[in-house]
Amino acid sequence: MRRPLARSLTALAAAALISPLLAGCGSDEPAGLVIYSGRNEKLVGSLIDKLEESLDTRVEVRYGGSAELSAQLLEEGDATEAGLFLSQDAGALGALSKEGRLAPLPQTALEKVEPAYRGAAGDWVGLSGRVRVIAYHPDKVATPPDSVHEVVKPEWKGKVGYAPTNASFQSFVTGMRVLEGDDATRTWLKGLKANGKPYENNLAVMDAVDSGEVSLGLVNHYYWYERVAEKGEDELDVRIHYLAKSDPGGLVNVAGVGMLKGADAEQSAYARKAVDFLLSAESQRYFADKTKEYPLAAGVTSDVKDLPPFESLTKPEIDLGELDSLKDTLAMLQDVGMV
Amino acid sequence: MTDPTTGHSADRPAAAATPLAGRRRVAAGRRPSPVLLVPACAAALLAVLPLGYLAVRALERGPAYAWDVIADDRTALLLGHSLGLTAAVVLGCLVLGVSLAWLTVRTALPGARIWSVLVTLPLAVPSYVAAFTWLSAAPGLAGFTGSALTLTLVSFPYVYLPVAAALRRTDPAQEEVSRSLGHGRVRTFLRVTLPQLRPAAAGGGLLVALYVLSDFGAVSLMRYDTFTRGIYTSYRASFDRTPAAALSAVLVLMTVALVAAETRTRGRAGHARTGTGTARPAEPAPLGRLRLPALGWCGAVVALAVGFPLATLGYWLAVGNSATWDPGTLADTSLTTLGTAAAGAALTTLLALPVGVIAARHRGRGARLLEQAAYAGHALPGITVALALVFFAVRYARPLYQELPLLVCAYAVLFLPVAAAATRAAVLQAPPVLEDVARSLGRSPLAVLRTVTVPLAAPGVAAGAALTFVVCMKELPATLLLRPTGMDTLATRLWTETGAGSFAAAAPYAAALILLAAVPSYLLGRHRT
Repeated sequence: MRRPLARSLTALAAAALISPLLAGCGSDEPAGLVIYSGRNEKLVGSLIDKLEESLDTRVEVRYGGSAELSAQLLEEGDATEAGLFLSQDAGALGALSKEGRLAPLPQTALEKVEPAYRGAAGDWVGLSGRVRVIAYHPDKVATPPDSVHEVVKPEWKGKVGYAPTNASFQSFVTGMRVLEGDDATRTWLKGLKANGKPYENNLAVMDAVDSGEVSLGLVNHYYWYERVAEKGEDELDVRIHYLAKSDPGGLVNVAGVGMLKGADAEQSAYARKAVDFLLSAESQRYFADKTKEYPLAAGVTSDVKDLPPFESLTKPEIDLGELDSLKDTLAMLQDVGMV
Repeated sequence: MTDPTTGHSADRPAAAATPLAGRRRVAAGRRPSPVLLVPACAAALLAVLPLGYLAVRALERGPAYAWDVIADDRTALLLGHSLGLTAAVVLGCLVLGVSLAWLTVRTALPGARIWSVLVTLPLAVPSYVAAFTWLSAAPGLAGFTGSALTLTLVSFPYVYLPVAAALRRTDPAQEEVSRSLGHGRVRTFLRVTLPQLRPAAAGGGLLVALYVLSDFGAVSLMRYDTFTRGIYTSYRASFDRTPAAALSAVLVLMTVALVAAETRTRGRAGHARTGTGTARPAEPAPLGRLRLPALGWCGAVVALAVGFPLATLGYWLAVGNSATWDPGTLADTSLTTLGTAAAGAALTTLLALPVGVIAARHRGRGARLLEQAAYAGHALPGITVALALVFFAVRYARPLYQELPLLVCAYAVLFLPVAAAATRAAVLQAPPVLEDVARSLGRSPLAVLRTVTVPLAAPGVAAGAALTFVVCMKELPATLLLRPTGMDTLATRLWTETGAGSFAAAAPYAAALILLAAVPSYLLGRHRT
């Protein structure tokens, strides 16, 4: 019994070690553009297919978490193969910009988007926006609050779900610090901690509201549409409520794109064309219809019913990609004991 | 006389004259043969690569900054949480692993062979899937309880597999002697069997401990703040690699301390049989009235660890609309996963072999250092190891970057201890005297390794390879960063689908992951000696 086992193990090991070499043989034509995407393949995959058609070259995409990919790009430095970085949030783009890894974008591309939704150094631009909303369970909440200041009141004790490690939640806290000052924000955070239940991410908050585990949840609007797509609106109890204009809780966050330094001239040319494509009416319409986000390029508006007009939302008074203020926010959240 | 494994002249010739010569063959200070030493050092060098990276990143802004990060009050809090969780999970895994191993290997448990396959399956359940399913059923579990529960349920096979392998290879004669001298079954188990299992159980426990330290999936969903969660916060919330590296360095120190502690528990006893002839398989112990409770125990563990997640996957499929999966993609992804994991397991097992043999046969400081080095990367979060390999590959091995061989190397760095611990425990149970004989008959050290040591240790080495195979299959963070662009494994597909909230579409991939893990378990069950 022992001999054959040892022998078959050796054979297996040899086969296993050789197989990767064989797999490497049949390579495709080289890609004209390599994209690192922190946005999920399910969200942007078919848009990338259209991009490939429009550029008339093979586009290779590496999917991952935005923060992880930005760390990878920083380690790769000039040796990176990537020409473009699609990020789920502004922070990851800000990290690359701060280390000088992003190439300046053409002015024509930048000007399509309001200054509030693009990098201060002109090296990244927002593509689509999502807004912070209050999710609620209609059986438990007759009239959902219009302001985040409501949710720290005693009547909501133990009834508010939130996701303190989520990037959008943290930018919202940063926005609140700018709008209302550090002291007021700290007090509010303490109130939320006393009243609320923390969850790992927005989807978990959404599901907790849906199941009635909590009555209210602080989330991004488009997760609700994701839940509707997965379960059907009739199967869902949870509903979302948009906050009053200029309430700090209704902050807009962006997903955006930046071009990487270190790409060769040919890839850079494709990358510039890709940015133009992503800001084109066709792509912006895609974000509006498929991901239910707000298109950020001028001239395109969302037709999704129930979505309030973009102009009525709270515009961030902060540079969304600025990391030092994010760090202060993180320190405050740690201080309060939330993360 | 000549040393069995090395060919060097032994510096303690008197040892041959003592009756314990066969047992105390493992002597201090002797140098292993270059045949073992060179590949073992290569393996250790690969394993300590991430440390070089950590040093570069942690000290990037000067030692004072790194110290500020480490000296923070929060670090102590996270450390306390991590250590408490580790202790609880290791204890739970020892109880589950040893009891199940004894029941399936040594008793007349009905369907023992099937049970021995089933109880290894939990290893294939990614910790975040387990945590997610438990949370959706019982939200109140969040925190320490839920983290400890899910981590115990997914990692007890780390203890079960080596202990079961050890039980199969333990000579029942000693237990029979104990019984004939008047000890009861329980006393015999506690005083004769259990001590022989100690190396296997301690090795498994160490792996569990390091796994718990490095886990992010379960603790993040369960919202329990551990050290690794702190490291991820540094990457994810402040996009800063320096604090992450400083904190990771602390994890490495904890690993060294844990490995040293485990070495201390090993004691000095030998565990190989010294008599003539070969050991018989043990007579299965009748369970009598305990048959039903024993079945219930096995059933309950399997139901909680595998049945429950699988049932939840079924529920996702039933209620979700996103179940538009296509069998072709699933088959392709499964094949890719199997190939990649097999390559990872093969390389890891090969590298672990010399490390495990040296760790079993030599006690010198050098041997200990070598073993500790092999463990270096194991408590580090996958993302940190992946970034370290990005760092080195981009600079020194550009053609390999984002190619399969580099990913396979990452698996080896991450999981070297998994295979090394299994090898060590197996070699410990092989009588060194057989190696002596082979050497004295003129076999070279390499031939001894090939014809004596490895075949004797084969079941344990195979268990280690199977274990490595399964953990490679579900590895996520390093796979995401290092895979060839466009390649998908079951774990990355699962990540994509759940990330978009498409749980129904995710279910087939998760189920495939768990079911494919049954393959190595089944093969091992068939090859039982």
